Amino acid sequence: MEPEDVEPGDAVHPGHPVTVNRYRKIARINHWITATCLILLAISGLALFHPSLFFMTGLFGGGQNTRAIHPWIGVVLFFSFAGLFFQFWRANMPTRTDAVWLSRAGDLLAGHEERMPEVGKYNAGQKFIFWSMTVLILALIASGLLIWDQYFTYLTTIPQNRVLVLIHSLAAVVIICVWIIHVYAAFWVRGTLRAMVQGSVTGGWAWRHHRRWLRELVTGHKVSP
Amino acid sequence: MDPIHTAQTNPPVQSVPPQFSEKDLIRRSASSVPAPARQLEEVAKLIDVSKCIGCKACQSACIEWNDTHPAIETNVGSYVNPHDLTPDMFTLMRFTEWDNPQTGNLEWLIRKDGCMHCADPGCLKACPAPGAIVQYSNGIVDFVHENCIGCGYCIKGCPFNIPRISRVDHTAYKCTLCSDRVAVGQGPACAKACPTHAISFGTKDDMNKLADSRITDLKSRGYDKAGLYDPPGVGGTHVMYVLHHADQPEIYSNLPKDPKISPVVKAWKGIAKYVGFAAIGIAAAAGLLHSSLVGANRVTREDEENAERLVRDKT
Repeated sequence: MEPEDVEPGDAVHPGHPVTVNRYRKIARINHWITATCLILLAISGLALFHPSLFFMTGLFGGGQNTRAIHPWIGVVLFFSFAGLFFQFWRANMPTRTDAVWLSRAGDLLAGHEERMPEVGKYNAGQKFIFWSMTVLILALIASGLLIWDQYFTYLTTIPQNRVLVLIHSLAAVVIICVWIIHVYAAFWVRGTLRAMVQGSVTGGWAWRHHRRWLRELVTGHKVSP
Repeated sequence: MDPIHTAQTNPPVQSVPPQFSEKDLIRRSASSVPAPARQLEEVAKLIDVSKCIGCKACQSACIEWNDTHPAIETNVGSYVNPHDLTPDMFTLMRFTEWDNPQTGNLEWLIRKDGCMHCADPGCLKACPAPGAIVQYSNGIVDFVHENCIGCGYCIKGCPFNIPRISRVDHTAYKCTLCSDRVAVGQGPACAKACPTHAISFGTKDDMNKLADSRITDLKSRGYDKAGLYDPPGVGGTHVMYVLHHADQPEIYSNLPKDPKISPVVKAWKGIAKYVGFAAIGIAAAAGLLHSSLVGANRVTREDEENAERLVRDKT
C-alpha cells in the first residue's frame, strides 16, 4: 500500500460505468499551459536550429520576434512545469514495482497488458516521462538563460557559450523525442486523453492500467456517493 | 617592384557603377547561392603593426564613414578607447606594453583589431538567418542587417571575438571592409586615413607582395621573426597583419596563434542537425509503426465490469 500514489482530488464515483477523478482542474490548466509552451518552444527553436525550418519564424512574426519571444516562452514553461512538478513528484517516486514493470515493458508494447504488474497512479513509463521532462527542462532553462544574448551572455565566455548552445540544442532534440513518446502513449492507450481534458477516466480504464491506484482509492474510502 | 595600388592611391573621381553585387556571392548564411558566373579578384587589407603609431585616425575615419556614435567612456589608464569593440566601433587600436625577454626592451605593441574577413567565416557558418551574413568572391564578409535576427550565434561562431549585437536595433555589427566603398573603386576609410601607410588595401596578391617587402625590411633591421599573419586555420583572411614578432601573435592583445572554427560550433552546425532530425524522425516513425502493428490499447467491457464489482464490494 502506497498512499502517496493518491493525489489530491482523486476519487471514485460508483455508477455504470464507474468514473474516477484523475486530474483536478488546476492540474489540467497547468498541464495545458505547459504543453502550449513546449510546442511553441519546439517550433520556434527548430526554426532557429535548421535553415530548412527557418520559415516557421513566420508564425511568430519573423526572425527578430522569434528570437525575442523564444526565451520568454521558456521562462513561462519553466514556472508552469514547476507547478506540475510539485503536484506530481510524490506519486512519481520510483518503487519496486517499476523494475518489474520495466522488465515486462516488451509485453505491454506487444499488446499483453494482462502480464503487467498492478501499478499505482503512474507506471514506470509515465515516471520516465516525468523525470526526463524534469531533467531536460532544467538543462534547457539553465543553458537557455546563459545564451540569452539580450540579458545574460555577459555571464559566460564565448567558448562556454558554444558548449551551452550545443547542450541546449541536443537537450531540445531529446525533449522533443520524449514529447513524441508522451503524446503517442496518450493516444495509443485509449481513454487517457479524457483524464487531462475532462479530468476523469472510466473505472475500466483505471482497472486495466492503474489497478493498484484504483484499489487504493476504493479501500482508502476515497469513494464519493 | 611595380607600384602597388593601395588605398592611398587617389580613387577614380568620375562616377563608377558598383563593381560587385549579390551575383558575386559565394556564401549566404542558412541558404545557398548559385555559383557566381565570375570570380572577382580577391582583395585584402594589410595592417603593418610596425608602422602603426597608434593615432587612431583609422578609428575616427571608421566612425565618420559608417556614421556611428560610440559612447564617450572613462579613462581607466589605457589608450584603448573605447574599451572594447562595440556595435558602434568596428575597429579598435589595442595597446600592449610588452617586455621583450630577449632584449630587455619594453615594446609598445599596437594592433588594429576588427573583422578579419576569413575565407572560412565562422560567423556565417553559425548564422541561422538566411542571408544575414554573406561572402563575396572578392573575400569580403558582410552582415545584411535587414535579415539579421540578433540571436548572437555569429559571436559564438567567430574565432576572433568580433561581432557585437546592438542594444538599439538588435542586429549584429562589425567591420564591412567598407564594402560600399570598395564596390566603387575606393579603399576602406581606415586605410585612406592612415597617416603612416600602416594600413594598405588592394588585391590580396599585391598585399602579399607588399608584406614580403616589409618583412624583408624588418628582418634586415633585426626582427628575424617578422612575418605575415594570414592564418590558414580559417582558410586565410582578407585582413592580414605584418607582425615584427610573427612567431608569437598572442602578445598583440591575444591575437590567436592558430584560429579556427571551434569544433563545438562545427558539431552544433553539422552532426547535431542530422542526429537531431534522425532521432525525432525515428521517434515519430516508431509510433506510427507501433500503432499499425499492435493497434490501440482499448478498455474492454470486462475491465469496466471488474471495476464496478470492486467498487460495489468495497462500499
